[in-house]
Amino acid sequence: MSARITASVFTSHVPAIGAALDQGKTEEPYWQPLFAGYEPSQEWMRDNIPDAIVLVFNDHATAFSLDMIPTFAIGTASSYAVADEGWGPRPVPEVQGHPDLAAHIAHSVIQQDFDLTIVNRMAVDHGLTVPLSLMFGQPDAWPCPIIPVAVNVVQYPVPSGQRCLDLGKAIRNAIESYDESLDVQVWGTGGMSHQLQGPRAGLINADFDAAFLDTLIFDPECLAAMPHVEYLREAGSESIELVMWLIARGAMGDLAGRPAPSVEHRFYHVPASNTAVGHLILTEPDLENP
Amino acid sequence: MQGIPTTLPFCPDSVIVYNQTPMAIDKPYLDIPGTTVFDAAQARRGYWLNQFCMSLMQADNRERFLGNERSYLDEWDMTAAQKQSVLDRDMNAMIALGGNIYFLAKIGATDGKSFQQMAGSMTGMSEDEYRAMMIGGGRSIDGNRDVGEAS
Repeated sequence: MSARITASVFTSHVPAIGAALDQGKTEEPYWQPLFAGYEPSQEWMRDNIPDAIVLVFNDHATAFSLDMIPTFAIGTASSYAVADEGWGPRPVPEVQGHPDLAAHIAHSVIQQDFDLTIVNRMAVDHGLTVPLSLMFGQPDAWPCPIIPVAVNVVQYPVPSGQRCLDLGKAIRNAIESYDESLDVQVWGTGGMSHQLQGPRAGLINADFDAAFLDTLIFDPECLAAMPHVEYLREAGSESIELVMWLIARGAMGDLAGRPAPSVEHRFYHVPASNTAVGHLILTEPDLENP
Repeated sequence: MQGIPTTLPFCPDSVIVYNQTPMAIDKPYLDIPGTTVFDAAQARRGYWLNQFCMSLMQADNRERFLGNERSYLDEWDMTAAQKQSVLDRDMNAMIALGGNIYFLAKIGATDGKSFQQMAGSMTGMSEDEYRAMMIGGGRSIDGNRDVGEAS
């Protein structure tokens, strides 16, 4: 038996969502529609808790300052502290890692020509904890181990869409060569359209976001060819985070000759603070007949 | 040598032509209106400004900065213009001088401001106007794609 990928989850990771949860504002009219969109996800999650999650996110000048900027980094620690981003740490559980699987993925992926930075001490910020909160609610402990994969999307240029899709494929190969029967999900986070700086701040392009979601589901190889400037121009300077979704998408089986994934849930909402929120759950069909 | 076919000493079968042209970096994003892309050049310009911001992730530094902003800023190798932009809380100036929003957000957090308040402060809109725009679906892309379209 070996490990397998069962699903991929995609979601925005806006810090204000974490603040709304932590401050008990989820029922307020501003926030209620957003959290309602994640209720089916939490229900699905309760029945599909994996043995580990590879969680692709970006650090927002928290663990990585301008001293070191790894393009791709994988956490191989046994736990990760919740960061103080300037407002004090979020009141959420510490994140437990999966050092054995993480080390295996690092080994395999580096041998597949991806030069990962290996990180053994890293505080994790809202980029990682907000997706956990959206999918799991507010438990006393997160229900499974997390393997953080941090991608530089802060200092331009960030990795290309193609590079991200290919990294996802390499992560799939790595997981499928792990010699233990584990169900693993791969999550891609960040986006959707938003711009947090300058006179154009507040930009939202719902048409772009819808097209991105459609193409991500049905033709990720085509989406991977989209140049960075297209994201920046059409969907705002910070929408470039969306390239991280291609890593999780690249890990799905259809790109390795398996059937196309099923769309378990799709949700879109504007706004959360400055940002459009997008969310998608894709599951592997026919898992029992590999 | 330039433009003249020649052979490589170790590989006599290879005929090569030196064609050295200056390798300009393509920056197709420079015509996006109201947008500063935090590329390597901006990151160099803003290195100490951003590193100062990182120091505000510690509670005692936040307290010391608020106690005497000028003297705290003088501990950092920042330009006079960068220091002044921080004192003025002029976020557009900080961005132009190499600041990045995720670093600058530490100043906002120190002041007790949200990301929405910070982003809105760069648009020339009031806080209420900006919030209403976001609830209404955000700033439209139409007219905002490139400098030509915007003007």
